[in-house]
Amino acid sequence: MRSLVTVILSVLLLSCNKVTDTLIPQSGNWVDTVYPIVSEKKMQLIDAGSYKTFFGKDSGSFVQVKSFYLDETPVTNKEYLSFLKKNPQWTRSQVLRLLADTGYLHNWQGDYEMPANAAPDAPVTNISWYAARAYAKSVGKRLPTIDEWEFVGAADQVSKNASDKPEFVDYIVKSLLKRMMYLKPVKQEAANFYGIYDMYGMVWEWTEDFSAVMITGDSRDDKNANEGLFCAGSAATTQDLKNYAAFARFAMRGSVRANYCINNLGFRCAKNIVE
Amino acid sequence: MKKQFFLSTLGFAAIFALTSCNQGNNPSNTTSSNSGSSSSGTVTVVDAEKIVAEGQFEEAKLTAPPNVPPPIGNRKAKKLIVRMETIEKVGELADGTDYTFWTFDGTVPGSFIRARVGDDIEFHLKNNANSTVAHNIDLHAVNGPGGGAAASNAAPGKEAVFSFKALNPGLYVYHCATAPVPEHIANGMYGLILIEPEGGLPPVDKEFYIMQGDFYTKGKNGAKGLQQFDIEKGIAEHPDYIVFNGSTRSLLGNNALQVKTGEKVRIYFGVGGPNITSSFHIIGEIFDKVYVEGGSTINEHVQTTLVPAGGSAIVEFTPTVPGDLVIVDHSLFRAFHKGTIGKIKVTGPENPNVFKAHK
Repeated sequence: MRSLVTVILSVLLLSCNKVTDTLIPQSGNWVDTVYPIVSEKKMQLIDAGSYKTFFGKDSGSFVQVKSFYLDETPVTNKEYLSFLKKNPQWTRSQVLRLLADTGYLHNWQGDYEMPANAAPDAPVTNISWYAARAYAKSVGKRLPTIDEWEFVGAADQVSKNASDKPEFVDYIVKSLLKRMMYLKPVKQEAANFYGIYDMYGMVWEWTEDFSAVMITGDSRDDKNANEGLFCAGSAATTQDLKNYAAFARFAMRGSVRANYCINNLGFRCAKNIVE
Repeated sequence: MKKQFFLSTLGFAAIFALTSCNQGNNPSNTTSSNSGSSSSGTVTVVDAEKIVAEGQFEEAKLTAPPNVPPPIGNRKAKKLIVRMETIEKVGELADGTDYTFWTFDGTVPGSFIRARVGDDIEFHLKNNANSTVAHNIDLHAVNGPGGGAAASNAAPGKEAVFSFKALNPGLYVYHCATAPVPEHIANGMYGLILIEPEGGLPPVDKEFYIMQGDFYTKGKNGAKGLQQFDIEKGIAEHPDYIVFNGSTRSLLGNNALQVKTGEKVRIYFGVGGPNITSSFHIIGEIFDKVYVEGGSTINEHVQTTLVPAGGSAIVEFTPTVPGDLVIVDHSLFRAFHKGTIGKIKVTGPENPNVFKAHK
């Protein structure tokens, strides 16, 4: 896994002096340019703040999060379709296996035909991290970081930080037991404090640095990168032991690789505030 | 010193057994063979590492509870592929009460795995594509990091593979060890893997697979409908249900176990927990043998055996009279109010020589 991270980093380094975002070196006739699309997705301003990290060797410390914009909802099937129309290299039949495993959009009926059993406004899922990043690039955005996601995820409907409210933790844990929610349109529940919808109860979401979970495990034993997430190891590396929902999120992030496409894993985009 | 004490205790037990025994079933043989097992009878773990598993990989036959795969008998060590799938599904916890179980292979407990010392086991853990969360497996029979937990961590729809060599004979618990571990176990993610010694366990007539687990629901015991997992009750260790094989009715009514008088019965019993231990007892029967904690030490003539959470015991008995035997956790409020109750229907001719009710 660490070697994968190295590959990603070196690829990013290689590509950063080009105008377009190059995900991989030229390979066959695959087009690695992302063509821009117009998106009218509503974003919300998230004011700067800090939150108490949950997992890893910095667990329990406060991390500063700068102001940023975050998509109101996860990216939907309909929105992803408009991306595919401009970027056919990301259709199911054209995509490079290196960038998306065989599960990529497997529930779609064709390259440009959305899933039969999911709403057009349902979150797009069976999307790899590479695909999510390409989409974000196409709309001039990026993926949120774990810190940004967790910061916004700490809000309930009335407050910025509800992580100490037992009923909020309970609500999230309950949301883990709802199944097949990724087939339903977004905005199933009221927005949180920031006006952000569907942080819980619909899909897991990719974050830019999800793979950091793999290498910030138990600092005493870096060989077993993920060990901190298993068995009692997790009790030794986290502060907030009752936050079962956060355990599940980090366990999920630790279980995926960048080309994985999963039924209940989607994404939303973030954007920096231009000074 | 310890061993000496152990052997002399066994000696006493044997003498006691010989002098006091007036049944046809002479236990001195088992006692002496047992004392042998701790010194020369079975291979050591170091030797087990050297056993070469021959042949091609074969698919292991697994069974759902209360059934157990066939004994290994005299077979040589071999290469086994074990395939299991983690499945989240709604099922019955009690009459009229459903629960979203997280399972291995769709049952609580999960499939029973049976192998022998020296087997090379290639373990494939698939996480069902409709799962909401990541899952993995920690097998207590594995010598290695996390019992395979990190190596088997699988996102929904993915499969993880790892290999291990079975070194220690015994009956071992396996469970999911993905964070938050107690919740995964509380939702039903545990099972048993039996590693038989070379030559196998002595043959018996009937074998069964039972595990006890504690469940924590939002509603009180008896509340109807689909119940959610309750973290606070889990942390407080106040289960609403403590059941055998994932349901209050798993071993009652038509699901009662069936045996005949004179049949030698062996039960592979484990406790998944996550919190509660078991005072495992069968009303109306005495365990002729208990493999204490699922290991190699055999105790005899046991009424109740204490089984820790994440631990096991193998019990053996031979019913001599017909009627219902009742399987319980002898912390009896659990049996009466929370669900640790099951039945074994024993059929056969009356045996007034052993038991008779006087009118």
